[in-house]
Amino acid sequence: MTEMTDTRKPVLDIRNVAKVYGEGETAVHALRGVSLQVDRGDYVAIMGTSGSGKSTLMNIIGCLDVPSSGGYLLDGTNVGVLDDARLAIVRNRKIGFVFQSFNLIPRMSALANVELPLAYGGVKAAERRRRALAALDQVGLAQRVGHQPNELSGGQQQRVSVARALVTAPTLLLADEPTGALDSRSSGDVMRIFDGLSASGRTIVLITHEDDVAAHAKRVIRLVDGQVVEDVRRSPVSGLPPRLAEVGA
Amino acid sequence: MNPVEILRFALRGLTANKMRSALTMLGILIGVAAVILLIAVGQGSSEQIQQNIQRLGANSLTISPSTSGGGGRGGGGGFGGGGGAGAQQNSGPRTQAKDLTVEDAKALADPTNAPSVKSVSPVAQAQSQTATYEGASHAIQQFVGTYPSYFEASNKPVVKGTYFYNDDVVAARKVVVIGNTVAEDLFGTVDPVGKQIVVSGVPFTVVGVLKEAGSSGFQDADDVAIAPLPAVQQSLTGFGPLGQIVVEAKSSDLVDTAQSEVTDILNQRHDITNAASTDFRILNQATLQETAAAATGTFTVLLGAVAAISLLVGGIGITNIMLVTVTERTREIGIRKAIGAPRAAILGQFLVEATVLSLVGGLLGVVIAVIGAQFTIAGVKPVLVPLSIVLALAVSVAIGLFFGSYPANRAAKLRPIEALRFE
Ligand SMILES: Nc1ncnc2c1ncn2[C@@H]1O[C@H](COP(=O)(O)OP(=O)(O)O)[C@@H](O)[C@H]1O
Ligand SMILES: [Mg+2]
Repeated sequence: MTEMTDTRKPVLDIRNVAKVYGEGETAVHALRGVSLQVDRGDYVAIMGTSGSGKSTLMNIIGCLDVPSSGGYLLDGTNVGVLDDARLAIVRNRKIGFVFQSFNLIPRMSALANVELPLAYGGVKAAERRRRALAALDQVGLAQRVGHQPNELSGGQQQRVSVARALVTAPTLLLADEPTGALDSRSSGDVMRIFDGLSASGRTIVLITHEDDVAAHAKRVIRLVDGQVVEDVRRSPVSGLPPRLAEVGA
Repeated sequence: MNPVEILRFALRGLTANKMRSALTMLGILIGVAAVILLIAVGQGSSEQIQQNIQRLGANSLTISPSTSGGGGRGGGGGFGGGGGAGAQQNSGPRTQAKDLTVEDAKALADPTNAPSVKSVSPVAQAQSQTATYEGASHAIQQFVGTYPSYFEASNKPVVKGTYFYNDDVVAARKVVVIGNTVAEDLFGTVDPVGKQIVVSGVPFTVVGVLKEAGSSGFQDADDVAIAPLPAVQQSLTGFGPLGQIVVEAKSSDLVDTAQSEVTDILNQRHDITNAASTDFRILNQATLQETAAAATGTFTVLLGAVAAISLLVGGIGITNIMLVTVTERTREIGIRKAIGAPRAAILGQFLVEATVLSLVGGLLGVVIAVIGAQFTIAGVKPVLVPLSIVLALAVSVAIGLFFGSYPANRAAKLRPIEALRFE
């Protein structure tokens, strides 16, 4: 389908993806042919008004939903042709997803929640625990590993959810309005974690409608009515994310 | 994803809603316990009936006058309940019906005409005879006048004192062997042997006490007194027709042969030419046993069916709960799938949940049933049938798997985004 000789092939290669909900009179064209490439190490913010198709795009990128038409290569693999079992493996190994509403599993400790993707990935118990603790430490929750979601603040829950997304060391970290449900201080905590992850080389795509959140990204894409209308690079793919660069300067 | 992991997820799922899990288990528990217990009760009552029939004397035939058809007849009756088996007599044109007599009994004892017959005991019975001893009084349900062979033929051994003998019969001595109930009511702790009781104004000397037979379910088999035939006829019943003739066959294999010999002899003596005009009937213990076995078998099957239905209802309960659980946890399923849970892991988790529910419920049901079987239920001592335990457990697990698989499969097939959007 494509030339894959380039060793720096894009992590994400979306070709003319469209998504239509429903049919006939009531059909909603959520995406109208979006093409997009994201290179390894990039830090992308997708912006747009409510209903512009951001979440729809994100769910397709995260293999949670399928496009109505168009193609999609993730790390060089055409995920459109994968069967159910392989898709589960892709979601487990290649993608880390952070939701606006946290989506932690209730009545399970933070540690158990973070261990879960590793459990589905077949990692042994001891190794799992070590990696989950490391991930929780990385988001600053080493002291809270035994707490259940309802015993944690929104900001803390979102940090657990970030830890869960990064614990498998995925190729791509996706976040759908990760700060949408948080106050400004918690938002700051979470964005600092993303900046750190970007600095350590992770590829991140996040959705936001807040300008000061988008200001953390190296590249900002704007969606209107299911189409890309603007694609601006703020800083180079290989450098530090803008905020860390400022601090460093 | 290893099985231990799946089991852990399943257990966590179950303990998350303890009340609901407990109630679902209760449904299966009741089903399994009911199956095992009801079958045990059926089995117990079947064995009890067998024993009761055995107690009447396994190789014996009881001949009594047929009460249907021509004219009223005194003294009939026969033994306790029993009814039913034996030669079917019927109405229809009938010549003069004849009574059973001591002569009939003597004819039956003829070794050339009835080689399979071991002994013949003519029986005259008097019901509800009031006996007194030093102020104590007791109405004896069955006062039997017969020959000594009766004790063996009807399986009534003596535990204290002796039987009476042929001499006593010939001399019409007023001696009596009493049942346990009579002994207790009249004598209490006093040894009755050698004492004199008065029955309807006639004094009888107690020579022995029968072994306790226990209640037969129909009547108290220990509420009897047995005395020599002429003594009873003289003082209580008069010298009229006999109530019964008890015939003992030489062995259990010869019971049916003996029955046909007896039938031939009596047909001849009573001038009976066609079966419709038979004026006596023969109760064959072996036949009775078979009939009873068949009846209790049906009874057990019926109980089992009722119980099986309750097990099925328990299974529907599991389906219901699993459907609710899956619906309620659809979001959780979406989250699990979004972080890479394979379909098999989701399917496994819910199937294991359903199976654990039914297995634990089933095991508790077995425990309850085993405990319950220690008690007497409706007058029956239940007898556990091991196969029913295995079967009930196996069925309860199968129910968990079968009824759990539909909701589990539905959960596992959901697309992650559908599950996550679910409200
Ligand atoms: N499951 C769905 N069924 C029908 N229409 C949907 C569904 N999900 C989203 N839409 C529609 O698709 C459009 C894009 O939605 P979405 O991607 O959620 O936008 P955003 O995340 O940018 O707010 C909206 O018009 C929305 O109403
Ligand atoms: Mg959205």
